[in-house]
Amino acid sequence: MSGLTDLGVKAIRDGVAAGEFSAVEVAEAFNANVAAASALNAFIVATPEAALDAARATDARRAKGEALGAMGGVPIGMKDLFATKGVQTSAASHILEHFKPEYESTVSQKLWDAGAGMLGKLNLDQFAMGSSNETSYFGNVINPWRKSDSNAALAPGGSSGGSSAAVSARLCPAATGTDTGGSIRQPAAFTGISGIKPTYGRCSRWGIVAFASSLDQAGPMARDVTDCAIMLEAMVGFDPKDSTSLQMPVPQWEAGLSPNLKGKRVGVPREYRMDGMDEDVAKSWDQGIAWLKDAGAEIVDISLPHTRYALPAYYIVAPAEASSNLARYDGVRYGLRDLPEGAGLQDMYAATRAAGFGAEVKRRILIGTYVLSAGFYDAYYTQAQKVRTLISLDFKNAFESCDVILAPTAPTAAFALGENTEDPLAMYLNDVFAVPASLAGLPAMSVPAGLNRDGLPLGLQIIGNMFDEQGVLNAGLALEQAAGFSARPEKWW
Amino acid sequence: MSVDTETVARIAALARIKLGEGELEAMVPELNGILAWVEQLGEVDVTGIEPMTAVIPNTLRLRDDVIDADPLTGGGKRDDVLANAPAAEHGFFGVPKVIE
Repeated sequence: MSGLTDLGVKAIRDGVAAGEFSAVEVAEAFNANVAAASALNAFIVATPEAALDAARATDARRAKGEALGAMGGVPIGMKDLFATKGVQTSAASHILEHFKPEYESTVSQKLWDAGAGMLGKLNLDQFAMGSSNETSYFGNVINPWRKSDSNAALAPGGSSGGSSAAVSARLCPAATGTDTGGSIRQPAAFTGISGIKPTYGRCSRWGIVAFASSLDQAGPMARDVTDCAIMLEAMVGFDPKDSTSLQMPVPQWEAGLSPNLKGKRVGVPREYRMDGMDEDVAKSWDQGIAWLKDAGAEIVDISLPHTRYALPAYYIVAPAEASSNLARYDGVRYGLRDLPEGAGLQDMYAATRAAGFGAEVKRRILIGTYVLSAGFYDAYYTQAQKVRTLISLDFKNAFESCDVILAPTAPTAAFALGENTEDPLAMYLNDVFAVPASLAGLPAMSVPAGLNRDGLPLGLQIIGNMFDEQGVLNAGLALEQAAGFSARPEKWW
Repeated sequence: MSVDTETVARIAALARIKLGEGELEAMVPELNGILAWVEQLGEVDVTGIEPMTAVIPNTLRLRDDVIDADPLTGGGKRDDVLANAPAAEHGFFGVPKVIE
């Protein structure tokens, strides 16, 4: 039944529960799509047996009349940044290439407990550092979308590029992502799917390979807003094993979904309208404003005055935390060891890390080491953390006069592989609209809004106040219903 | 502020990453490009502003003072801890000889 792979999370969960098809049929259909899509390079490891095992368990529970769980019978892709017991967890790096955790991450365990099954581990930028999935040790992921007049390979966005490509190409109905500075939202926009990063602390970071701990948040990527709400609900919740986990009840986001924005105020930040902005991106933003107005919202002009400093602050804070977090890869406790003939302990560390990290990871560790080093700490790191406070205050002030914020997700549609790899700064600019919400720990999502002049998807971003995922999802749903986005990549793989 | 080859070599040594001659040379202009760009933060007036310490207001919890309160992260996991070690020996992590 090939039609099964066109279904999303809700349709599969409800169809399995109603007995319209079995969970095993669903898993088999997606396993077949995964196996046939190696040209996309979305998966680092496929785990068809794990998907079937979970599906059999769901079918058995149904036969016994037991509850199937919020994700019952839904097979998903797992970004290869989540520790999965007994299954290689590489962070798309050479240094963790053969690492098989003895434990399961909290978020993935919650998804399995809710009845989901694992189709495999998804490719990403190495240690989630990148915006195009071109820093993976396991090769580039190819975006299933192509320009209408060209067969050139496009980037699926990053760092969750395997997740975005796989969901867009119907290799899985949904996938996990992680977002440190846009890594869920930008790839979602590049592939015409939805993705949400919740408030910092909603999802436990336990068992997620750490990049920048004060920014890292997991979230779902799926083909519509409802599926994101269902899956997010299954992923979040207090975890004593994460010291920054939020000790709050889990809201019922799916039940609370409503596209009616009557009485809601939508802020449009004037600083996001930048000189030389892509014409189609600007047009889709204007269209989004009109759609939300039609949904009953009042549109408010707002100011986020420190916007232009968000990216440079991020590129101090994130590398600083990364240089500290990645100190754990030492060739002693797990992962790769490179021991040159006659080398001592220090030489072994340096050789292991030279062999195990890719160029972008090394670059960020060096930047981070430099900005934290004696004599430079205050000028760089302390200053960046003060600017971060100001960016957070900008949002706090803005939310006095609005409920959610509407902005583009990314400055352009998907670009060609190799187009931005020469200049690290050009690549960093991809996250100019995504990073401010990350620095402030706010929930934010991207939903597909339409196609640009080249037939490529564009995303719109909703940013909400802290803990207001419901407001974000509802505005996202209003956009989704107005946009009626039904375009999908033509199958070439 | 900009970095020269010598400074990059020192940072790389601090970060315990061996850089080859060519790699070191290539890294200097790249790091300088990034550092010159982030220096625009210096123009922001931060008078009276505290550096951010918690992105969402939260207090660090203390766990109950109980041994193995969480069996997963408590003790008694030697074999699990060593399972991925590149050189586990006699129940320990093996390292190259460090006594000169």
